[in-house]
Amino acid sequence: MKTLTTTLIALASATLLMQAPAHADPQLLAAQSELGFTSKQMGVPVDGRFKRFDARLSFDPKKPETGKVGFNIELASVSLGDPAFDAELAKPAWFDSKKLPQASFQSSAIKALGGGRFEVAGKLSIKGQVRDVVVPLSLAQAGATTTASGGFVLKRLEFKIGDGEWADTSMVANDVQVKFKLAFSGVAPL
Amino acid sequence: MPSQPSVHHNGLTILLHWLLALAIVGAFGMGLYMSDLPLSPTRLKLFNWHKWAGMTILALSALRLLWRLAKRAPADLPMPAWQARAAHAVHFLLYLCFFAVPLSGWAYSSAAGFPIVWFGVLPLPDFVPVDKLLAETLKERHEQLAWLLALLVLAHVAGALKHQFIDRDGLLLRMLPGRR
Repeated sequence: MKTLTTTLIALASATLLMQAPAHADPQLLAAQSELGFTSKQMGVPVDGRFKRFDARLSFDPKKPETGKVGFNIELASVSLGDPAFDAELAKPAWFDSKKLPQASFQSSAIKALGGGRFEVAGKLSIKGQVRDVVVPLSLAQAGATTTASGGFVLKRLEFKIGDGEWADTSMVANDVQVKFKLAFSGVAPL
Repeated sequence: MPSQPSVHHNGLTILLHWLLALAIVGAFGMGLYMSDLPLSPTRLKLFNWHKWAGMTILALSALRLLWRLAKRAPADLPMPAWQARAAHAVHFLLYLCFFAVPLSGWAYSSAAGFPIVWFGVLPLPDFVPVDKLLAETLKERHEQLAWLLALLVLAHVAGALKHQFIDRDGLLLRMLPGRR
């Protein structure tokens, strides 16, 4: 019996090792990930989200400062859950998603703050506007899944999101709260 | 406390009556105009103003109802019994609509995922969940109730004008401020 158990454990370990080779980059688990935001229209919080995005991560928890994260967001996948608003958001005044379909983020530095918390600095590019942003996030691991959760405040007018007649911040506030939950497989144990 | 109710309505009743008349006509006009506008800052503004007006109507109507229950209305002027009954029925339905129209609009807002923040400052709670199908139904109910309210207002105004200009019994003056 003891031998059988040992064999099983050995087999299970081998399978795990085969599934997650030590040097492969982590993979984004899209179905378990969320990228959302809350904007304010005349004081009314309105939630939205992006349905399609992708992330590339190379990250060693032992050496976080050498890590890198890149992010692409398909702007046309934005939704406020209302067809009229979604059609409006594709227009040039908002995301202009036909002209420049993707927004991107590329990290320049990752700083460990301790306790599973990190600060990721990098360049955010939307509609041809590039700005430096610092994104605080925390990492949590459950099984083989590592989840990064965090958020930051984006000033929509810095990226010309809601231009022209929509630039009035008493109608739509300049501050947009961005929040995300990104699940990865293949991150080494914290 | 006088045993005989005054012929006139009291000051607060008169104030609430005309304030609400103005607010209801305004909110109805806005609602009619804004619902077909394409998405624009103007549409967004009107929707929010409409909601703020609606919530103000709801609050003032609650105050008005309490005041009406506390303070009896002056006795009916002499008129055929069926007319008195019709007038009272319209009043009763008007009061129902003062609550049903704003409440259905509030619920519609919540279900559509655009909660009401009164005057852009006070967030009102959602008493229905965000649900697109429910929002569609509530929108229809809100519109139907608003039209019912409009018809009742027309009947109410027609009755008042009939008293004033055909019966010449001075009924309209009871709802106007002036000497007692």
